[in-house]
Amino acid sequence: MAIFKKPTFRGSGDKKRDMPEGLWQKCPDCGEVIHELELKKNLRTCSNCNHHFTLSAQERIDGLADPGSFEELDRTLTSIDALGFKTYTEKIEKYRKATGLNEAVVTGRMRIIGHSAMLCVMDFRFLGASMGSAVGEKITRAIETATSEKSAVVIVSASGGARMHEGILSLMQMAKTSGALALHGQAKLPFISVLTHPTTGGVTASFATLGDIILAEPGCMIGFAGPRVIKETTHQELPEGFQTAEFMHEHGLIDMIVERRDLRDRLAALLGYLLP
Amino acid sequence: MRPMMLDYVASCFEEFIELHGDRHIGDDAAMPAGLARIAGQRCVVIGHEKGRETREKLRRNFGSANPEGYRKALRVMRMAEKFGLPVVTIIDTPGAYPGIGAEERNIAEAIAFNLREMMLLRTPVVAAVIGEGGSGGALGIGVADRVLMMENAYYSVISPEGCAAILWKDRKHAQEAAEAMKLDANNLNRLEVIDEIVPEPKNGAHSDPAVAADLLKAAIVRNLKDIVNVPIDELLERRYAKFRRMGQFDETES
Repeated sequence: MAIFKKPTFRGSGDKKRDMPEGLWQKCPDCGEVIHELELKKNLRTCSNCNHHFTLSAQERIDGLADPGSFEELDRTLTSIDALGFKTYTEKIEKYRKATGLNEAVVTGRMRIIGHSAMLCVMDFRFLGASMGSAVGEKITRAIETATSEKSAVVIVSASGGARMHEGILSLMQMAKTSGALALHGQAKLPFISVLTHPTTGGVTASFATLGDIILAEPGCMIGFAGPRVIKETTHQELPEGFQTAEFMHEHGLIDMIVERRDLRDRLAALLGYLLP
Repeated sequence: MRPMMLDYVASCFEEFIELHGDRHIGDDAAMPAGLARIAGQRCVVIGHEKGRETREKLRRNFGSANPEGYRKALRVMRMAEKFGLPVVTIIDTPGAYPGIGAEERNIAEAIAFNLREMMLLRTPVVAAVIGEGGSGGALGIGVADRVLMMENAYYSVISPEGCAAILWKDRKHAQEAAEAMKLDANNLNRLEVIDEIVPEPKNGAHSDPAVAADLLKAAIVRNLKDIVNVPIDELLERRYAKFRRMGQFDETES
């Protein structure tokens, strides 16, 4: 019955491209078109449905640290192609140029409403903020420095997981970062983990879920295995809202879901209890 | 077929008394654990068991442990610490189980928690990768003072098929992915991720399981002997330093 055949729907590809670069953004949840200035004012959350857009590391730092208080550490540390893996070197170079960062995590000392803490922020734009040797090393150094300076650690995670291009060395960063947190915890110092969209794989299975307190932004995806892998392995339909912050909160992984506009105050309040 | 965890437990250890349950949710048959004796040395042994026949494979979930497996493993390790028994772990898993229930019961946290707690475990730990060292599921019982790896085993951040599916967009490129990831014992030894390669019979462990077991047993016993008398604080410092060194990066200003 060819005459009843629905015409192919065209143009469903990438609607964002229709928008003038950078000036207007379309909310991926509700479709609301938001002006860049308004988005900025709302810390990149949708004024209509409260969708939390992804932040760059710099935007996150600006939103958390007291003005002028952030002192970056290990800024020049970057990945090398230890395994001779395909086009990894070019890839790294490409992301360095595109993001202006040397690696997928920015670390440094900060003050947050007067409380000093070590802050690590992952930037999803840089190769999906995957964790290779450089990310693992920067986070480990930040934790070790916090241990020796007797300060708290706050890590804002967003990651596709371990970085395949560095093979086993990436996997070992899970043990390295978790080990550094073991010593930090032994020194009775607090670690607050903030999960943002998306936090998955080897990052979820290491430092990100080891917080004394674990916070998450609303609606963000949190999981170990990818939904496609789970579906292919189990041949089961995934439950509604599977692997969202709300789902993980219900299943006991997350202490609280915190709106972006409340995050700074909430972190400072928590630090006030754990390390006054 | 290569010998599996319980095969080696039967052939390398004089006795094995299996213990069950994570004390919270259930028992995971993919991760047997128990008290054992190897060359007269009391210890605990924990590992992934894949199972051999179809029914057994299903019961063992093909060696893919759920959170209960990792939590049982840690419970038994803590018991070992309490009673001064060294820990032997035997790694053979395609990965932790990617299931709905596993996610609901926070498999990532179960693995992460083991990584952290094993770094502080005040008893010697020897790990042996005997077949598949699949990603976080392998590492979740792999933070050890000595990591041994059988000659033909692999240990990797992701399965070659998974890597091929992502980077080549086709699982058929698994062979190339495996080569690119350098996941074999020689490369891992060179990268200082493992401490020792355990030789296998000329045609592989499956060609002569008895000889393979003798070689594995000798390596485990020798490594245990090396570390059981090291003062525990020194052992923990060395354990931390070993994993701390892993990774390669650059920090020259460019």
